[in-house]
Amino acid sequence: MKTVTYPRLGETVVWHTLPNGLPVCVVRKSGFSRKYALFATRYGGMDLRFQLHGEWLDTPAGIAHYLEHKMFDTAEGNALQELAQNGAEPNAFTSNAMTAYYFDCTDHFSDNLKILLSFVSVPYFTDESVAKEQGIIGQEIGMIEDNPEWQVYKRLMQILYRTSPARISVAGSVESISHITAQTLYDCHKAFYTPANMCLVVVGDVEPEEVFRTAEEILPRESGPVIPRDYGAEEDLLPMEKETRCTMEVSMPTFLVGFKCPNAPEGEERLRNNTIGDLACDILMGDSSALFARLYADGLVNGSFGCSYDLLPGVAYVYAGGDSNEPQKVVDAILEEAQRMVREGIDEDYYQRVRKAVFGTTLKALNSFESIAVSAAEGCFNGFDAYRFPEVFDSITKQDLIDFIRDNIVAERAAISVITPREAQEA
Amino acid sequence: MNEHRREIMQNVFLTYLPAKKFKTSCLSAQLVTQLDAKTASYNALTPSVLHRGTVRCPDMEQLSAAMDRLYGAQVSPNCRKRGERQCIGFVGTVIDDCFAPCGERLLEPTAELMGELLLDPVTRGGRFLSEYVESEKSNLIDAIRSIRNDKRDWADRRLMQEMCAAEPYGVSRWGDEDTVKKINNQKLYQHYHALLSRSRVELFYCGSAEEERVTDAMLNALAALPRGVEAELLPMQKLAAPAEPRIITETMDVTQGKLAMGLRCGSDDVPAMILANLMFGGWSNSKLFLNVREKLSLCYYASSSYARSKGILTVSSGIESKDYDRAVEEILRQLNAVQRGDWEDWELEGAKSTMLSALNSLGDSQGALENYYLGQAATGQDESPEEMAALLRAVTPERIRAAAESVTLDTVYFLRGKEGEA
Repeated sequence: MKTVTYPRLGETVVWHTLPNGLPVCVVRKSGFSRKYALFATRYGGMDLRFQLHGEWLDTPAGIAHYLEHKMFDTAEGNALQELAQNGAEPNAFTSNAMTAYYFDCTDHFSDNLKILLSFVSVPYFTDESVAKEQGIIGQEIGMIEDNPEWQVYKRLMQILYRTSPARISVAGSVESISHITAQTLYDCHKAFYTPANMCLVVVGDVEPEEVFRTAEEILPRESGPVIPRDYGAEEDLLPMEKETRCTMEVSMPTFLVGFKCPNAPEGEERLRNNTIGDLACDILMGDSSALFARLYADGLVNGSFGCSYDLLPGVAYVYAGGDSNEPQKVVDAILEEAQRMVREGIDEDYYQRVRKAVFGTTLKALNSFESIAVSAAEGCFNGFDAYRFPEVFDSITKQDLIDFIRDNIVAERAAISVITPREAQEA
Repeated sequence: MNEHRREIMQNVFLTYLPAKKFKTSCLSAQLVTQLDAKTASYNALTPSVLHRGTVRCPDMEQLSAAMDRLYGAQVSPNCRKRGERQCIGFVGTVIDDCFAPCGERLLEPTAELMGELLLDPVTRGGRFLSEYVESEKSNLIDAIRSIRNDKRDWADRRLMQEMCAAEPYGVSRWGDEDTVKKINNQKLYQHYHALLSRSRVELFYCGSAEEERVTDAMLNALAALPRGVEAELLPMQKLAAPAEPRIITETMDVTQGKLAMGLRCGSDDVPAMILANLMFGGWSNSKLFLNVREKLSLCYYASSSYARSKGILTVSSGIESKDYDRAVEEILRQLNAVQRGDWEDWELEGAKSTMLSALNSLGDSQGALENYYLGQAATGQDESPEEMAALLRAVTPERIRAAAESVTLDTVYFLRGKEGEA
């Protein structure tokens, strides 16, 4: 057991690895009524090809998300129901690289934790219940397909990458999920829902020892192996296509531009790389950049404009976008501003204030139990300590940002996805 | 009784909540106005235009720079609808003074910036800058049009427009496109002046600073606030459902149909109605969720919400167009079950403990606290979360049944997909 204090953040965190290999993290929050637990596996929408019992398996797109839906079924009924009856608010999400189950409660924390740990570690599927879920998930897929933000992102990933599973939607398609059976779900559970591939994070005014004891009592005594997975051949840094366009029922055009970046290593270097990428985005085109002010004043973007740097298994990219009547002009302006910054450098006063702002924003995120827990789990899966961000922050220089912008924000790396309104619109 | 709220200037109230557990302090200044089709667009536009520049920081870049220097403080314009009130102003968050890396005081400069934004806009010849007004008009029009992009929001919005066509409640918090188009910088500036002097102001603070320091910072920030005769706020209207429900169907090219239903509650027993709504469609194991979604797989989502100040219950659901009749029937069947008192003990216990837990954890989020106390102040309610919890604990099954009995269907709105028509 290791207790770490982070004086610059005002947090104390207790880490402990159980004998079965599960890392457990407790972030103590005195004075709060809420208690939050997140049980996550390093398994997401991109983990489609992996080795089980020495053989490579190819699984249908959307299976991690499907599995997430079905995990709540238990031999006795439904864990959502059990948790909700205790006044807890349970939920789950599946991202590209992670599936997480969590609840939020004020009372009966220990009981709720037991329910969470047991339903996630004990699968219970029947062919009938698996078939029934196709209707519900089919509806969910239909709903996200109507969402322009999701469409514009999915289409960007499909032109940015050639083979990476980043091209594939986390929920899959109605067609792909029709191939899922109870057996494939059991296989995936066996492969990925094993203590050494998972992480438990608890946030709130709770006794760490009690959390460790409960987890030891409920979970399997031994972990399965951490299995090999395949994200496809490493891609070069040129997008597969430069542009994709489609029409939808939207009121004005919306777009996303992506810039392909090299993959980041594991460990603290990944946290550092992520911070550099985010800071570079903010410096170049964030809310307080000259570029954003100019684009906004010229009516080329509105408040929906945003930008970020994203790291997924095996791939990394910068993306920026929002609603705009002239997406190409915005992209040109970004590229031009990147060149200017590389040529002329970053103004010192501007640099210092953006650093201050980003520090404040990162600190603010620690008000949210969800973001505390998710960043701890991400750190755990990628070998870094998310709470060391002030130290990592200190190590970043202006030159790091200039290097990042010079290498990545260039026309060759860019691809753009645009959605325009359908011609005929009813009132 | 809200013992945290007191009047610090004429018709200016401060709700002060001390808390040391957050990384941030939260401040807010809101003007409480009557929701009205004629003024809604003017009100909605005002904070966005104010947020474009002050005399000291006349453009976005300088404003952002000022906020960056306060460690990324955010002072954001907002516009909310609470019952038949439209609340506009600014909400600010800044890292709490105890985390300022160099021990700076951040409360005072943040309050000051909020005061400047509200009272000291950049002007030319006694008007707002026309370029700011025009660009925020076009943003507001985009926002109004973009409700269409999220079909769930669109269906819920269309339901309210139709069902409450004759009430202020049918007005959107952003007003309407035609009114926005007619606004100019002169008219808006006049409107803003009247608004400032005639509106009640609700201030809010939650963070580690002492009350006296907060009061001083707020008084200082608002020293130039004009105070005139208060504009009248009309009592909230509560109407009955028509004898025959209105049915409205529209078509769009979407994959999934959206069903929105509006109902009127005759009962004034608010705590009982809150629990009736939770059991019906308001919590994660509600009748709508367990039956319409889980058991029958009729929809991806189905939930209900209750607007107490208006006595309106709404249901929102995403379905296949072909399932329309079955879905409406099944949703009403579930309502009927609550009206008959047909529920298991665990359903009531679960609904109650979800609500109690939500009230209990309100104090864990500054944003939720600000929103709660503003809603209370805007709609003239004054029970604290603790008092509401006690009222809920005292509700009997008979009262829930009686409250649910008073619910009548008013309007059904269905947004049908073009494909797969039934």
